[in-house]
Amino acid sequence: MKAGFPKAARVALADSQLRRNIGHATSTIRAKRARVVGEVDDWEALRDAGAEIKERTLRHLDVHLERLEESVTRAGGTVHWARDGAEACRVVAEVARAHGSDEVIKVKSLLSDEIGLNDALARAGVHAVETDLAELIIQLDGDSQSHILVPAIHRNRAEIAGIFRRELGVEVSDDPGELTAAARAHLREKFLSVKVGVSGANFAVAETGHVVVVESEGNGRMCTTLPEVLLSVVGIEKVLPRWQDLEVMLQLLPRSSTGERMNPYTSIWSGVSGGDGPREFHLVLLDGGRTNVLADTVGRAALRCIRCSACLNVCPVYERTGGHAYESIYPGPIGAILTPQLRGLDQAPTLPWASSLCGACYEVCPVKIDIPSILIHLRGRVVRETKAEGLSERAAMGAMARVFASRRTYEAAQRMAKLGRGPLASAALRPWTRSRELPTVPDQTFRDWWREQRS
Amino acid sequence: MMSPVRASLFITCLADTLFPQTGRATVAVLERVGVEVDFPLEQTCCGQMHANTGYGHEVGGLVRRFVRVFGDAEVVVTPSGSCAAMVREGYERLAAEAGDEALAAQVRELAPRVLELSELLVGRLGVEDVGASFHHRVTYHPTCHSLRLLKVGDAPLSLLRAVRGIDLVELPEAQQCCGFGGTFAVKNSDTSTAMLTDKLRRILDTRADVCTAADSSCLMHIGGGLQRSKAGVRVMHLAEILACEDG
Repeated sequence: MKAGFPKAARVALADSQLRRNIGHATSTIRAKRARVVGEVDDWEALRDAGAEIKERTLRHLDVHLERLEESVTRAGGTVHWARDGAEACRVVAEVARAHGSDEVIKVKSLLSDEIGLNDALARAGVHAVETDLAELIIQLDGDSQSHILVPAIHRNRAEIAGIFRRELGVEVSDDPGELTAAARAHLREKFLSVKVGVSGANFAVAETGHVVVVESEGNGRMCTTLPEVLLSVVGIEKVLPRWQDLEVMLQLLPRSSTGERMNPYTSIWSGVSGGDGPREFHLVLLDGGRTNVLADTVGRAALRCIRCSACLNVCPVYERTGGHAYESIYPGPIGAILTPQLRGLDQAPTLPWASSLCGACYEVCPVKIDIPSILIHLRGRVVRETKAEGLSERAAMGAMARVFASRRTYEAAQRMAKLGRGPLASAALRPWTRSRELPTVPDQTFRDWWREQRS
Repeated sequence: MMSPVRASLFITCLADTLFPQTGRATVAVLERVGVEVDFPLEQTCCGQMHANTGYGHEVGGLVRRFVRVFGDAEVVVTPSGSCAAMVREGYERLAAEAGDEALAAQVRELAPRVLELSELLVGRLGVEDVGASFHHRVTYHPTCHSLRLLKVGDAPLSLLRAVRGIDLVELPEAQQCCGFGGTFAVKNSDTSTAMLTDKLRRILDTRADVCTAADSSCLMHIGGGLQRSKAGVRVMHLAEILACEDG
């Protein structure tokens, strides 16, 4: 059972170390992003193009997906269709076991966490080794991710050194060089011995069957090239129609996410090629609630997301609560609109309210997802379609709507408010006064003054 | 430049009921620069709180009321960035959700004539110096909806810069939300308070004795926090500073 955002946030807000770590990290990435975006003259045109490509693709998703299947099959790959996470996990487990492997090495993949792949594999007797440095830290610590791009953003160097000393049994200081060397020694052995690799994908190109993984460390490339068998588990919204569309996306993504002009490693492959890389390639295409999201003509823009995490880094809410408060692999503003739609509104009903609607997220989104408008839309759906919002709120909102419905009722409520009573006075609630004073109700409303002066 | 002769004041329910001094100041400033102000008494609330909290279906009537009350106005002016944004950016969606195409068309026609105070003064009338005098150290918080929905830019600052005697100091990280967000302040009170605390720290760091903004709701939040912490800093709406002739 999930606690819901307001409660879960309280834990994070009280954690001074976490507040410091996240405040420092987000402001650093924010500044980097602003710098590299600022140097692109046609950034707004790129955003328009990114939004356009994604929107057009989503409108004919079925066509592009079938084309992707054809292209990947032609290139020697095998395509599997998974309705939900359980089906996708089953495919991965079966392929791994068919190759007699009780271990797989993994590229950082949000989707695999969305569907709980590691746990599912463990139940099937297959151990998944995370190779992304931050994912490794999380896995060793039995922790969970709190940021789309920087999963261990809530940890600082000293804390990471502690985890390595405890879990890897190595003597390391908090020097970044020493920490990466320790991780490298641990991972190298895995890269060279494990036969099955698992990745997600940033993009999959329908026209050519290419799968694209964008990363910084190079560990992802090891996973996609060294094993004998490679499985890529990809959400159906990741398809791009044409090879040329990458021109736009590969400019938007690194600048928005890591604040780099270009990311260090971009791995692109199609199917299999003899004598080079994996001998078997499986593409698992997952629906996992995405078709349902498509049915909501307003909410579906959330599927444009390219997981850059720029919205997290500028969000004043995320900056203070961190990612765990969202109780989902997708935190921050994008998580607040994606999670309730993927899981079902009644499964995450507090998330659409986890925003002050300040609009900073929309300003930076590389594919122009109007997150504030979708939040408002989803709030409406939660109110109308679920019972999550309590009766007292519904009653108060109804009462207020009736007050504003006519001049007579409105002016009567103003007179009541002066006496500290009625809907306009009781709208002020205890959660407000815990940290803020309430204004005192003045003797004369503006309209009374106007009437006195002007008539 | 075409000066509107008449502007209809959309005071907002919040300022009408709780901050009448903001309304009086708005009238004073507008009249000083030669605008004839009219106040339609039939106005109530724009419905922003309902719409942004998920109760947009309850306030279709308020959209109709607004169009009825202000439809004939030459210009509608309001001392609130977020209420102006509600009408300009939100009403068409509400009308569409109510399935009322005729209303949506009326909203489209009216929306461009709804202006926040600084937009009317600077953008429409080309006035920056409204003849104000205010001898205090002031910092300005650009409210989110003024900034990102209305895109008022520097208009409020250019009005403040022209005030005689003012010691205007820049607010660091000014563009970060104060944590109000309407019912967010109540539904996510703890997170809202954490945001407010950081905003207050920035304000106090400027050593200003007045924090100003162009929205009573954000000022109610910031002011409520300053007052609770006995910070000795007061909030004043932009209009109130502009109305001062001997401050």
